[in-house]
Amino acid sequence: MKPAEIAELLNEPACAHNKKEKSGCAKTKPGATAGGCSFDGAQIALLPVADVAHIVHGPIACAGSSWDNRGTRSSGPTLYRIGMTTDLTEQDVIMGRGEKRLFHAIKQAIDDYAPAAVFLYSTCVPALTGDDMEAVAKAATERWGTPVVPVDCAGFYGTKNLGNRIAGEAMFRHVIGTREPDPVPASAQRPGIPVFDVNLIGEYNIAGEFWHVAPLFDELGLRILCTLSGDARFRELQTMHRAKVSMVVCAKALLNVARKLETDFGMPYFEGSFYGITDTSQALRDFARLIGDPGLSLRTEHLIAREEARIKAALAPWAARLKDKRVLLYTGGVKSWSVVSALQDLGMKVVATGTNKSTEEDKARIREIMGDDTKMITDGSPKALLQAYRDHRADILIAGGRNLYTALKARIPFLDINQERKFGYAGYDGMLELVRQLALTLEAPVWQQVRAPAPWATPALTGEPLAAGG
Amino acid sequence: MAEILKRAKALAVNPLKASQPVGAALAFLGLKNAIPMLHGSQGCTAFGKVFFVRHFREPIPLQTTAMDQVSTIMSADENVIEGLRVICEKNKPDVIGLPTTGLSEVQGTDIRRLVREFRALHPQFDSTAVVPVNTPDYTGCLETGFALAVEAIIDTLVEKSALAGRRRKQVNVLASSMLTPGDTEAIKEWIEAFGLRPVLLPDIGDSLDGHLVDVETTPLTLGGTPKSEIAAMGESVATLVIGRSLAKAADLLKERSGVPDFRFDHLLGLAACDAFTMALAEISGQPVPARIDRQRRQLQDAMVDTHFMTGFLRVAIAADADLLVGLGQFLAGVGAEIVAAVAPARAEVLAEMPVTSVQIGDLEDMEKLARAGRVQLVISNSHAAQSAERLGVPLLRAGFPQYDWVGGYTRTWVGYRGARQALFDVANLFLGKPHEIPVHRSIYRDASEPATPARSPSGAGLVGH
Repeated sequence: MKPAEIAELLNEPACAHNKKEKSGCAKTKPGATAGGCSFDGAQIALLPVADVAHIVHGPIACAGSSWDNRGTRSSGPTLYRIGMTTDLTEQDVIMGRGEKRLFHAIKQAIDDYAPAAVFLYSTCVPALTGDDMEAVAKAATERWGTPVVPVDCAGFYGTKNLGNRIAGEAMFRHVIGTREPDPVPASAQRPGIPVFDVNLIGEYNIAGEFWHVAPLFDELGLRILCTLSGDARFRELQTMHRAKVSMVVCAKALLNVARKLETDFGMPYFEGSFYGITDTSQALRDFARLIGDPGLSLRTEHLIAREEARIKAALAPWAARLKDKRVLLYTGGVKSWSVVSALQDLGMKVVATGTNKSTEEDKARIREIMGDDTKMITDGSPKALLQAYRDHRADILIAGGRNLYTALKARIPFLDINQERKFGYAGYDGMLELVRQLALTLEAPVWQQVRAPAPWATPALTGEPLAAGG
Repeated sequence: MAEILKRAKALAVNPLKASQPVGAALAFLGLKNAIPMLHGSQGCTAFGKVFFVRHFREPIPLQTTAMDQVSTIMSADENVIEGLRVICEKNKPDVIGLPTTGLSEVQGTDIRRLVREFRALHPQFDSTAVVPVNTPDYTGCLETGFALAVEAIIDTLVEKSALAGRRRKQVNVLASSMLTPGDTEAIKEWIEAFGLRPVLLPDIGDSLDGHLVDVETTPLTLGGTPKSEIAAMGESVATLVIGRSLAKAADLLKERSGVPDFRFDHLLGLAACDAFTMALAEISGQPVPARIDRQRRQLQDAMVDTHFMTGFLRVAIAADADLLVGLGQFLAGVGAEIVAAVAPARAEVLAEMPVTSVQIGDLEDMEKLARAGRVQLVISNSHAAQSAERLGVPLLRAGFPQYDWVGGYTRTWVGYRGARQALFDVANLFLGKPHEIPVHRSIYRDASEPATPARSPSGAGLVGH
């Protein structure tokens, strides 16, 4: 990929980071860098597409350490969970046989697994040796008739965030708009409920959590043409250009896709979240607002009223146990405010929140929700997090999996909120899982036991009989 | 002698292999106050970090030289020097491990020269040892990367000397990547039972065993072999080498120090344990302690009790070479039949595998061989859970990574007690299981009653997908 193309992706005009420092796309510092590379980001963004063969073109480190490590779920095919890599050898590198191996690898994947399409992810080594993945993809598509999509995402191009955008760009260039949507089946038509097509962008169906929300879409007559990329199929990706509205669900990662759908196909989009009661309701309202159908708006309001009443009643006993508990939240980007609203719905107090990856807009939103005196944390090092935990007298740390053992080593309650987690928190019903997990860690009897010193650590007073009192 | 069948496919499907840089990083994680920094793109480190965090359920110190597009093309020399400087300044480690990656190797880095340049530029950091090692991921696997790092540690930290035997109770142990923290603990106790003092290189049992400590955070390893102990390895009375992958490292240590060595391919099962015990008796001049004799009798009893389950058991194993051969010989020793043996990369020791052929390949290869051999038990890492599910048989987890199983990372396999427990666990998977005869439903019985699907019983905290 040329530097100019990378620069263009970094300058995503719809991204609010552009207005100030582009922290998500910041340059890396040797010896003091955390987080994944562009290959990582591109792979994460597309891997949930369930019926595609995802081939990592490179030596073993890239796929070997990362395949099948996401909690994303599929309702049908499980091909996406099969790890595939060309596993380049020294001979391939020296003799320049990478392209040839890739070509044969594509054939092997098509012959053995009959995928709907093949996605190729390039990595650092073939990018350096100069393999022309795009040409291989083109030749393979022509030879075998299965679409082969190159994603040029060598790790050294930059950060994970950039990789997300590269993935979005690849979809826009090679996949979106290559097929028209199927007509709505007659059996799904209901009187008085017109069908509107929508897209979800940046929703990954972690632990199947979107299945908490999906039934509501059916009820309202919102047909999800495609989710990029949770539980998606290749043929759905092809039709994304025909939706009426897109919702950008997770942060800024795939904003470029939403913006291009708007400029090229006049499709409006909004940014939202399905975490918490307030945000879930807001997302449904935003769909109705942008579609502009009065009947839909009315039905949406009815549904919201019904669902909110139902879930609030179900949460009431839990909320009593969690009320006024103090939370230190450390998570990236948009989640920093979407999770805040979910916790506030439960009567919990968010005493401080991480804003390392948040934009100015996100920060403004946090201030709006939490008030001006909100403590924002930018230093995410384990030491700083624990210091903040103490300074703010927090009861629990909510953060990504990489901080899990930081918390447990320090003997403090923890809730995992990022991609590798095993539980689904989205939608109204996701809140029930969230409160259960919160109560489970907050009320765990182990904390007291692991915090106390060993009995022999403090010498017994002289003259005290053993096992005094019996 | 087993025939080694080389990789025959263009595409690796469900890879078994983990990379050399990851293996090298693991070796450095077994040193005290240390941190590995991979010379590559930030992703090389991020993936490695997640790999180990999920396996060990521990925070893992791992840094990167963070090569980007410009440094990849123009030169990443400055990244290495800057990265070393930043880490020295911030964290003052005793040792920085510096494995290369596919990216920096293809770029053509001269990692040793860069360390020399760093030394010349920043003499104020001379107290921090820097150990460079070439570990491209387009060759070898986790085990070979680990072995290369052990060799590099000896090369950098053990000076040429003729003081062998000066510390009369001290024995060196070169410990291969097949050994878990639980294994290294058992090995230390074993050696101590003979009045000897073990120095393990590396000692991942001291750093990655998972123990709560008083300091809440540390940017470096929590334990491991101290640098000063490595420097004094030349004064030991003997070296015990566990794992054929460490042969070159052992040769180097012997050449540097003249310390005599005893080499073992593995410590799994009765025969291997006996050989190790006898070596300890010889080195120490002590009789075998009564409790070790007792443990041996316990293992023998367990072998008798469980032979009904382990005999003729059709097992598929996919693992790095040292572990593969260890498990293979152990299970063959109790009557099991190895129907599939798959290793991710070539190794000399594979010839010792008690099978006609060993396939170099991936978990898809294992699955196919296992199906053809009507497998009853799969032994491999967590990635094999899907394969085992499709094969409809239980999975016993071994090797890297084990991300869906608590405690697997520290399971003790070695020693008489480790072997006994392994036998119990394998046996429990099959105890009470009916033979594989399909259920017959009489036409005279109620047809609406749902047929109960045949399930593999879960036992001993071992099965499950």
